[in-house]
Amino acid sequence: MAYIGSSVRRKEDVPLLRGIGRYVGDIRRPGMVHAAILRSTRAHARLAAIDASAALTLPGVIGVLTAADMPGLKTIPMRTGQLPGLERSQQTPIATDRVRYVGEPVAVVVARDRYVAEDALELMEVVYEELPAVVDARMAMGAEAPRLHDAVPGNEPAGFEVETGDVQRALGECDLVIEQTFETNRHAAVPLETRGLVAEYDEPRGMLTVWGPTKMTHTNWRILSELSGLPQSAIHFIEPAVGGGFGARGEFYPEDFLIPFAAMHFRVPVCWIEDRSEHLKSTNHSRQQSYRVRLGLRNDGTIVAMDAEILFDMGGYTRTHGGVPIVSSSAMLQGPLRIPNYRCRIHCVLTNKTPVGTYRSPGRYEANFVRERLVDIAAHRLGLDPAELRRRNMIRPEEMPYDLGRNPYHYNVYDSGDLPGQLDAALSHMGYEELRRRCEEARAEGRAMGVGIGCFVETSGIGPWEYARVEVGNNGGVVLYSGINSVGQGIATALSQIVADEMCVPIEDVRVVHGDTAKVPYGNGSNASRSTVMAGSAAVGACGKVKEKLLRLAAAELEIDAGDLVLADGRISVRGAPERSLDFAALARLALPGPALARGFSPGISEEDFFATDKRPFPYGVHVAVVEVDRETGMIEILDYLVMEDVGRKVNPMIVEGQMAGGLAQGIGGALLEEFVFDGDGQPQATSFMDYLMPTAMDVPRGQFISTEEYPSPHNPLGVKGAGEGGITAAGAALANAVSNALGVEVTRLPLKPGYLLELMDATEKG
Amino acid sequence: MSRRTIRVRVNDVEHTGEVEPRKLLSDFIRDDLGLTGTHVGCEHGVCGACTVLLNGDPVRSCLMFAVQADGAEIDTVEGLAPDANTLHPLQEKFQERHGLQCGFCTPGILLTARALLREVPDPGETEIREWISGNLCRCTGYRNIVTAIREAAELMSECGAATSAPRKD
Repeated sequence: MAYIGSSVRRKEDVPLLRGIGRYVGDIRRPGMVHAAILRSTRAHARLAAIDASAALTLPGVIGVLTAADMPGLKTIPMRTGQLPGLERSQQTPIATDRVRYVGEPVAVVVARDRYVAEDALELMEVVYEELPAVVDARMAMGAEAPRLHDAVPGNEPAGFEVETGDVQRALGECDLVIEQTFETNRHAAVPLETRGLVAEYDEPRGMLTVWGPTKMTHTNWRILSELSGLPQSAIHFIEPAVGGGFGARGEFYPEDFLIPFAAMHFRVPVCWIEDRSEHLKSTNHSRQQSYRVRLGLRNDGTIVAMDAEILFDMGGYTRTHGGVPIVSSSAMLQGPLRIPNYRCRIHCVLTNKTPVGTYRSPGRYEANFVRERLVDIAAHRLGLDPAELRRRNMIRPEEMPYDLGRNPYHYNVYDSGDLPGQLDAALSHMGYEELRRRCEEARAEGRAMGVGIGCFVETSGIGPWEYARVEVGNNGGVVLYSGINSVGQGIATALSQIVADEMCVPIEDVRVVHGDTAKVPYGNGSNASRSTVMAGSAAVGACGKVKEKLLRLAAAELEIDAGDLVLADGRISVRGAPERSLDFAALARLALPGPALARGFSPGISEEDFFATDKRPFPYGVHVAVVEVDRETGMIEILDYLVMEDVGRKVNPMIVEGQMAGGLAQGIGGALLEEFVFDGDGQPQATSFMDYLMPTAMDVPRGQFISTEEYPSPHNPLGVKGAGEGGITAAGAALANAVSNALGVEVTRLPLKPGYLLELMDATEKG
Repeated sequence: MSRRTIRVRVNDVEHTGEVEPRKLLSDFIRDDLGLTGTHVGCEHGVCGACTVLLNGDPVRSCLMFAVQADGAEIDTVEGLAPDANTLHPLQEKFQERHGLQCGFCTPGILLTARALLREVPDPGETEIREWISGNLCRCTGYRNIVTAIREAAELMSECGAATSAPRKD
């Protein structure tokens, strides 16, 4: 085991550093033309007429497509999160007779270059018959609200309830019941590269090639087949380099149908690169939830019951992950706490805004904010230190595995860990008692300093399976064909480390192939912090089979029992007689069809494996934020920040901690800056980076990131837990607690914009 | 639309191009010159991914027309490394310190950092952060970028490279 646990340099880096990484916008095909999408400017309207005649006369325009050119349009299916009822509000790839959010595709213009395509957009005439829009989820549930989808009365396509224990009775017996509402802000992943696609139809071969979709290539491959009627064997998906994913990139969006359709329709390769304004209006939003929660405690601080109602603002349509964010909230709102009586009622609500999907730590970032805020509020009411209240209620190591209680849509049994131990380690690292004292002293001097804790349990490594094939090539090199995707996280490096260790070869001898449906037949992609867990485990299985084959080949050649052979340093040798050995290249020659068949072996050294599981590993940890708020301006300065997380086992500590640091920056953005604001008519107000503020190097502190590996997961052969989301998940929670502590207020919504903080301060002064 | 002829020197190579006056410099570099290492992240001058050096100064190539660059010397990320087998100290340190994940913002940050180190060979943390505050990175949280730039500065001053000729290291 030489590579696992070591911070080896990333294989991905050198081409990216040299500027020769090939992103989708860098792909050039012979005769390639460009598409631009005409998008709805209305939040809710009937499409009365679309007139493309002026656009079609513009030199360089190849054609215009509308729904009328696409008979038999189907809606885009959910790939997961299929709450019953959500299928009634799925989206067609292009508006047919009605639009339900600003940014919805109405027509596709294809032209010689993007400049001409965008000129042509200006010449398109659309007649909208406006309908009243509804932008607030609670209002959308009201009897007077306009109905978005005829099949969905009340704009609530789905809902469900989970309950463990008897919440009503338990709340009645509590000493203290805190009732509070909370709101989390609509924001999104916003990767630095926008979406893009290149599609090319090779008519003589009957083959459609699509470059671009990168997250779950194989799922999109299947969905495009279902929507287009082409068999999967006639479609080839290729993953390019991509500029970040974070949940939003690579889901099957309307354009994932429209651009291949255009390429087939016009018989030319078509490129579409989303511009930033389109991105902010049409790529999945996330995070907007409204909570009404009751938390019941005894006077000694023991939490007895929690009762929550959550509104999930879906925007105008159901997208590919259906109810995933809200299912996640319903399951993980309990987080690290032992809550014997728990109820959560979920309402999925349609509004005339951009549809939503997942964003890194979907539903959990929101739930962590709510729960961790409630704990602090309870601590204030009971006169306890917030850390102490957590200690009294955290699930203890001896209670693991811990069953949170039945949730029909979410695996809910924590696998391993010492949650209070991690909290104490984090607090001790930060000198918490001293910090609390210093903040109190500062406040006594009029400086609004505060410290806040955010504890979390994350979920990761979602199944149900992942595919791997490992082969030994003619030069003796090892190739892993994996069903995951690279979204910039360094997965090719991590998987190479795993394979190099398993096969006892130098990491330079391992190549990872992914994101190409001609080379990898199956895959579930990269999401839910699953890649290392699932693809790593599948790779281990395939390596095991390959090693067995290598030993059998070597045993036959060396005329010795396989039990007397050892694998080391890329060779198979006779135990005790290292001069009698065969390297992988020699074994590959023995596996060529001629010699292999003559000896009764199946040719080749190539083995497949699937790692299948319905269980999930749960990483866990603690955020501690130290802030100072300027009472005059409401501006927050983050003085220090710790993220500590146990990930079971670190394949590459540098990458793990890089994920934590990057996650935190996004968490800070979501907590302090980023918000998709809409006006009352459903017009988006944040459609450029001038209005949608992302954190810069001046907004993000250096921070401290500590990853631990004390509690490996029992659910996979590597013991790993996914490490992609711990850095973001409790950032809203810890920052809101720190700001509440600094100002002596109770924050109940995000983001912590200056105006909101000034409001809170005013309200406190008025008492 | 009428076209204009422009001449630019990019990474020490002369190029002549015929462009529409409205063509962005970023599109000229990417589409006409085929140098796709210059990335386009917002096309309105905020994200900094398209940063190139124009006569040595970092500029956002999405905020300029190609015709405005007529006669200029331009450095793009493709010209940063001294040769195909060696990395620039900044590139070296970005890899060593995990200063990139998806790599999309990286070319713009490398060029901004290159300009910084020419002007300030020994920058502190805050100075580095100020200089790169016009370049958004969505993956790394910036800390490893700052560390990499800091250590590249040290490496370059050890090699005496930071004080050499104004354009090439």
